Amino acid sequence: MISRPRLYLYRLIFGLLLLGFWELSSGRLIDPFWVSSPSLVFVYLYGVFADGSIYGHLAITLYETFTGFFIGAIFGIGVGFALGRRETLAQILDPYVVAFNGIPRIALAPLFIIWFGIGPTSKVILVVSVVFFLTFFNTYAGVKGVDEELKNILRIMGATERQILMKITLPAIVPWITTGLKISLPYAIVAAVVGEFIAASKGLGYLINYNTSLFSTTGALGGILVLAMVVVICNEVINRAESYLLRWRPREERKSEGELY
Amino acid sequence: MALLSIENVRKEYQVRGKRVLALDSVDLTIAEGEFVSVVGPSGCGKSTLLNLIVGLMRSSMGRIVFRGAPIDGITTKIGYVTQKDNLLPWRTLIENVEIALEIRAIEKSVRRAQARDLIDQVGLSGFEDHYPHELSGGMRQRANIIRTLIYDPELILMDEPFGPLDAQTRIVLQDQLLKLWAASKKTIVFITHDLIEAITLADRVVLMSARPGRIKSIEQIAIPRPRDVFKIHEDAQFRSSYERLWQQLRPEVTLSESAKGELI
Ligand SMILES: Nc1ncnc2c1ncn2[C@@H]1O[C@H](COP(=O)(O)OP(=O)(O)O)[C@@H](O)[C@H]1O
Ligand SMILES: [Mg+2]
Repeated sequence: MISRPRLYLYRLIFGLLLLGFWELSSGRLIDPFWVSSPSLVFVYLYGVFADGSIYGHLAITLYETFTGFFIGAIFGIGVGFALGRRETLAQILDPYVVAFNGIPRIALAPLFIIWFGIGPTSKVILVVSVVFFLTFFNTYAGVKGVDEELKNILRIMGATERQILMKITLPAIVPWITTGLKISLPYAIVAAVVGEFIAASKGLGYLINYNTSLFSTTGALGGILVLAMVVVICNEVINRAESYLLRWRPREERKSEGELY
Repeated sequence: MALLSIENVRKEYQVRGKRVLALDSVDLTIAEGEFVSVVGPSGCGKSTLLNLIVGLMRSSMGRIVFRGAPIDGITTKIGYVTQKDNLLPWRTLIENVEIALEIRAIEKSVRRAQARDLIDQVGLSGFEDHYPHELSGGMRQRANIIRTLIYDPELILMDEPFGPLDAQTRIVLQDQLLKLWAASKKTIVFITHDLIEAITLADRVVLMSARPGRIKSIEQIAIPRPRDVFKIHEDAQFRSSYERLWQQLRPEVTLSESAKGELI
């Protein structure tokens, strides 16, 4: 396996090659009007960070993402847990859950804006609608999958149902919950941005949309780059939290969706 | 008085509407402090028998009496060492070993000391803080056994605990098990499909027929203790018991079943 510093070095080289290719082709192969260029984007980003005009947008998008993420996760985990332990209720609700989850969120976004206004609330709710289902399904599957034999072993040792819950069920579903959270975080950001695209007066999605409408590919790509950075940073934070929480698992099993290596 | 008596027990399973007879007319009495091995071809109902004794299932007919009272559900007086090691993967070795004491709300320093002592007895010192996936199969199975010993059940059931281990590890663990048993004087019902293992360990070997499982014969093993598990197969008594039991077991083990039994 590749060593850490080497890995980071190669990643850096790959990024630089990509940027280099972009820089060189811009103006030579394609008109910068369409694709801008890394140097133009850099100058733009330097400007908006230096004069502080981007922080308001960034803050709003982060606010929508994380508020929606936490609310959605709490409900998703709570409902997933409750239904995982109530077979009959889960069977009754099953088609409804599937149907609601099947609705493309982009179709809901305009409705949420009609109902909750063009402010951050409508985006928060859109994010909740995405995160809820992802964490719900994962938690539910986790509760269903708890090994009955492990529970029996504790029962034979004299454990109460409450002790079985604390010592088996909860620890057993932690990997499922972290997977759910991990998968939903990028979707949460996407949902917030999509909401801002449709109607907003602030936020990174609004900024990108606004720049695009002015044919400023530099501004649009600058916004997209900031967004991409946010996703990468959040993912790294979640990965670290996960590998701490799941230190008891063999390495191969720790890898979940969204992790390539 | 008998510690455990199994009286005319029969167990049927319903599998997709069809009835499968797993155990039929099983009668067996086990005395306090005895080490009994149960041998039989794979699928003859050995695990079923243990599940009935421990109270996880109910028999279709007959009853099982423990210390004078019929078994009716789980009791902590009977411990169960399962075939799969079933350690909790999110707990370290020592946390797995002490869990039964934790359930009883025993103070941490006390239960740690007891767990350390047992871990030491089976040669696992130094691995206390390892997670199960960082231990070998033999180490996990030792942990599986001592986490049952730690809360001192009066009767311990063991379901092919050394089944998946290689021959050398098995012998070492058999030796350790006999020492633990000699020190604790528990009553043990030990299931295996290995005749040599059964004779090496037991006071009595119970031989079961192929499904539906019935008791085919019982052989008293009078080889004196302490036994040397590394040399016991040279013993004359061992050889004659082995011969007798094998004559009985052979017709029960069809070729395909023996192949399956060896692989699992
Ligand atoms: N829960 C169950 N439901 C239905 N059939 C079962 C169940 N458990 C075991 N059996 C069947 O009962 C028979 C005895 O199984 P088991 O007790 O596991 O045998 P052994 O432990 O001797 O290999 C087998 O034919 C098996 O398929
Ligand atoms: Mg079995």
